[in-house]
Amino acid sequence: MREDNQTVAISGIIIDKSLHFSLAELCRETAVPAEWVMTLVEEGILEPEGEHSTQWRFTLECCHTISVVIRLQRDLGLNLAGVALALDLLEEVEDLRHRLDALILVS
Amino acid sequence: MEYKDYYKIVGVKRDATQDEIKRAYRKLARKYHPDISKEANAEERFKEAGEAYEVLKDPEKRAAYDQLGANWKTGQEFRPPPNWDTGFEFSGGGFTAGESGGFSDFFESLFGQTGGRFTQRRTSTMQMRGEDHTAKVLINLEDAYHGATQTLSLRVPQMDEAGHVSTREHRLNVKIPKGIKQGQRIRLAGQGGPGSGNAPAGDLYLKVEFKTHPYYRVEGENVYLDLPVAPWEIVLGATLQVPTPEGAVNLKIPPASKQGQKLRLKGRGIPAKEKGDLFVILNIALPPADSEKATSFYKNMAKELAFNPRAHLGV
Repeated sequence: MREDNQTVAISGIIIDKSLHFSLAELCRETAVPAEWVMTLVEEGILEPEGEHSTQWRFTLECCHTISVVIRLQRDLGLNLAGVALALDLLEEVEDLRHRLDALILVS
Repeated sequence: MEYKDYYKIVGVKRDATQDEIKRAYRKLARKYHPDISKEANAEERFKEAGEAYEVLKDPEKRAAYDQLGANWKTGQEFRPPPNWDTGFEFSGGGFTAGESGGFSDFFESLFGQTGGRFTQRRTSTMQMRGEDHTAKVLINLEDAYHGATQTLSLRVPQMDEAGHVSTREHRLNVKIPKGIKQGQRIRLAGQGGPGSGNAPAGDLYLKVEFKTHPYYRVEGENVYLDLPVAPWEIVLGATLQVPTPEGAVNLKIPPASKQGQKLRLKGRGIPAKEKGDLFVILNIALPPADSEKATSFYKNMAKELAFNPRAHLGV
């Protein structure tokens, strides 16, 4: 059935900060337990809007972050603090790389 | 089928201890993890290392593999000798289809037979959502202005009715939406790994990167262009033809502009939800003194202009 894709162009959704999910919707979307998502929030890996967990609003970026967390834990044996650190550093490295590319282009 | 030297892949000697193997593998995994590494063949190397570790970490699988002998070379044509596994009782640590997806034919022929003693597939009875996949797509800056359709070729694991896992090429035509920014991801629901049982497939996350453009630079939704200008254009002012990703426009340079000055073309950046701007940075280009006439112009300037560009350095 996937062969149809060869002729039809599929469109996706751009992942940005605009689409909002509740905790329940996020869990359904990513097939992970709510307790685990709450741990990710405690660790600062996910930063939903809203004070209480019943008011939390997650973005599509969170869906992606969750799948990265799962892979990093499974493949590298990291604990959540390690994952949080890795994600922060990765973001910083990516930013620096782009600035470096821009500098190289100028010179 | 080609022989694979698992020791060489992990980078240890054949007599390495289990601890040494684990350390070497962990190091490789960190280096080539697709979520971390920027190296072009990271995913391939990561899978290769994972496959090697799958065998070497398990003393029984390792012993069986060792029994094939040390004289094989990577890439050498290989057939498992008949009854090569006699005398081994594999406990069958098992691996899930999600993890083993993409293991080589070599691995499959030794350890992966369905119903064999090596693995117990748990997948048939489990309801498990398919794995999310990630891929990168390189686009031209212009594609972000107009939108585009890209054909992607992904290697995806698939399982046949007998539970045998192999990879195949999955070609996808994907719409790149107008207004996409460097580094943004597109989520294609249900285009990831297949779920087991009746569980839904995972998603495919496409990371969009712009190809390096010969003269535009991109930061978020804003685009930057270094525009070479002649000294008289920047001093006297001028109306210049300036390229933009949407076509050339006329840009007015005010008189007495300065080197490095930024001129903003509002709304001519990437047409994201919040429209970006195009910034033109003035960059003085010196006319070459490649003729007598040009040289005498420079000599005249030296004579006529009291100009000390180093005045602010106190000399």
